[in-house]
Amino acid sequence: MMTQIVFYVFATVLVLSAGMVVSARNPVHSVLFLILAFFNAAGLFLVAGAEFLAMILVIVYVGAVAVLFLFVVMMLDVRFAQMREGLQRYAPFGAAVGLVLLAELALAFSHWQVAADIASVPHVVAAPGRTNTAALGDVLYTHYVFLFEACGLVLLVAMIGAIVLTLRERPMGRRQNIDRQHERTAADTLAMMTVPLGQGVAANGGFRRPEQSYYIASVPGSYGVTAEPVPQGKPAGAAPADGAPESGHGADNHGGLAQ
Amino acid sequence: MTGGLGSIGIGPYLTVSAILLVLGVFGIFLNRKNVIIILMSIELILLSANLNFVAFSSALGDLSGQVFTLFVLTIAAAESAIGLAIVTVYFRNRGSIEVEDITMMKG
Repeated sequence: MMTQIVFYVFATVLVLSAGMVVSARNPVHSVLFLILAFFNAAGLFLVAGAEFLAMILVIVYVGAVAVLFLFVVMMLDVRFAQMREGLQRYAPFGAAVGLVLLAELALAFSHWQVAADIASVPHVVAAPGRTNTAALGDVLYTHYVFLFEACGLVLLVAMIGAIVLTLRERPMGRRQNIDRQHERTAADTLAMMTVPLGQGVAANGGFRRPEQSYYIASVPGSYGVTAEPVPQGKPAGAAPADGAPESGHGADNHGGLAQ
Repeated sequence: MTGGLGSIGIGPYLTVSAILLVLGVFGIFLNRKNVIIILMSIELILLSANLNFVAFSSALGDLSGQVFTLFVLTIAAAESAIGLAIVTVYFRNRGSIEVEDITMMKG
């Protein structure tokens, strides 16, 4: 009895919130109702004894997918009110299609029955005493291991696809030139000097910038610089001692080497 | 037939899942302009499929259904990620996500 009450509470809230997802005026509310629907579906999974999937539904859907939807809805500056215009026009058609679909489902369900010899069909059953999660792992990593790996591949392709689609070249992007980084030696940027006893830094020329900074080693076009890279091997005394007047490529271009 | 489902039975599960499917399809027709809500409706449809899988898995005492729910979850996550990426790129290029405006590929 208790199970039934729990089931019907979850089912009712699930159906109501699903209805609100498709009919809410504000897309942010739609996403929030979608999250509520996922929570209640997780409750239904729990009632059916699929604990692992219920937790996965909450973690993956509420934690990742729904938040992704929320991100996109809030990021895109769309006038959503204007999107609701054709609603009255489409509602009857949608309702008709939905009703036909529902009638067909009811028809199929009313004439459907489980095969009598269903018990004789080979089943993938959980070993006695195993929890749902452990039993699922037993099956997933043995019978379905290739499908499991294919799923990983699908996720990889989806990740690469999403990155490729949304990546855009920015002039200010900081990119790496690995060859130049590897060519660079300590002597390029580090000067060893003997500091006389009792003198401070100021007496020895103050804090100094490296004679060749990473600015040179960066890719042309990154750091917002489109000109050719500064020729290497500047005269050693060219860098001013205090570093301030060397604003030719700006303090922030030095990548924090001397700051 | 009500194996792991106890006193509930498979009927209510299938009914809830059928209603969810119909609501998802209805949402696609209702929000013809807003791609994001259409994607959410697709999520609802996949959720109803998952509910069916879990209900049958529990009723028949067969774990395969739950494994396939896991696969459906994976595909749904990948689908929504790609879909939202396309929506973002399209909005950046055209400043609109109305489905009716997307006619560039029409001959």
